[in-house]
Amino acid sequence: MSSLSKPARRGPAPYTNPYLAGIGLGLVLLASFVVMGRGLGASGAFSSACAVAVDALAPAHAQANPFWKEYLESGVGHPLKEWLVFEVLGVLAGGFLSGLLAGRVRRTVEKGPRISTGGRFAFAFVGGALMGIGAKLGRGCTSGQALTGGALLSAGGWAFMLMVFAGGYGAAWFLRRQWQ
Amino acid sequence: MNAPLFKFGLFGDEFSLVVAFLIGIGFGFFLERAGFGSARKLTDQFYLKDMAVFRVMFTAIVTAMLGLFYLGWLGWVDLSLVYVSPTFLWPQVAGGLLLGVGFVVGGYCPGTSLVALATGKLDALAFVAGIFAGIFAIGEAWPAISGFAESSALGRLTLPEVLHLPAGLVVLLVVLMAVGGFWGAAALERRFAGRGAGEGS
Repeated sequence: MSSLSKPARRGPAPYTNPYLAGIGLGLVLLASFVVMGRGLGASGAFSSACAVAVDALAPAHAQANPFWKEYLESGVGHPLKEWLVFEVLGVLAGGFLSGLLAGRVRRTVEKGPRISTGGRFAFAFVGGALMGIGAKLGRGCTSGQALTGGALLSAGGWAFMLMVFAGGYGAAWFLRRQWQ
Repeated sequence: MNAPLFKFGLFGDEFSLVVAFLIGIGFGFFLERAGFGSARKLTDQFYLKDMAVFRVMFTAIVTAMLGLFYLGWLGWVDLSLVYVSPTFLWPQVAGGLLLGVGFVVGGYCPGTSLVALATGKLDALAFVAGIFAGIFAIGEAWPAISGFAESSALGRLTLPEVLHLPAGLVVLLVVLMAVGGFWGAAALERRFAGRGAGEGS
């Protein structure tokens, strides 16, 4: 529609070289160690939000469960004024900024060529649920355990990371029709 | 320099949230730059077509590890004040396996799903909803499964302690492993790039 009034739009920019992106990510992680004395994370912020939701709906029930209680008692005066919650808000902002600069912000559904959109949503939801469970058992996800724990030479972090790759490669064959 | 700066009281809890937001911006920015807002780019790792996940992750690990080790050696960072999440061996083995399967089923991990969401991927919205459902389920089940979930608690445990090797040597081994992995990744990509499911064998 507006293609005539605008100069031909260039496609999305190519991704950054993985080694350069890795150095950038590593320097952000190093900055977190030096400034805060802690690494990066993601899944913990989801837990804080989940605990606050459970507490809002059923306060007595939430307080009786040590899992929710721990998240409800953390944070700077409020469970959502929590370090990882603010870090994750930054991740959303930083991801959006990078995508905007590269022309990659576009409403779309990422899927393989042979799966329907509804099927993709169902798989995404189930995969997310497995991640939620796995991240709580593992005390973190790819960010908090594999990346941060990996750089700190944490024994649990390395065991976790190796199992993530094992689980991924083990499942890949069964799910090849979704992606390839 | 006395670091970690926060642990030496350079700023308080309220300001630490500003720092969290800024560090998060850097984190999300480089994840998106690497292409990790795309489920297909991420899952290609598990079909050996594009090993960017391995390359980015291990370059980041080596960068941060070498930087921190060096700053600790210079005496600028007190490494004992850097938080290492305690090890719960068997729950973490099980959790890692579930997470790996979830990665291929869902296409993202928690951090990358946020970057995907921020760049408009609607499937990432379903994935994020799934994360909340999974956390809600395990949170509710926690009292029943805490016998396993809190087992093999080994506290703050690092590879140099497990292997009885000096930290510097373990750092060197990780660097060598990463470089060997980068070389192997290129070889695998040459072999598997362009191959679809069911073709070849």
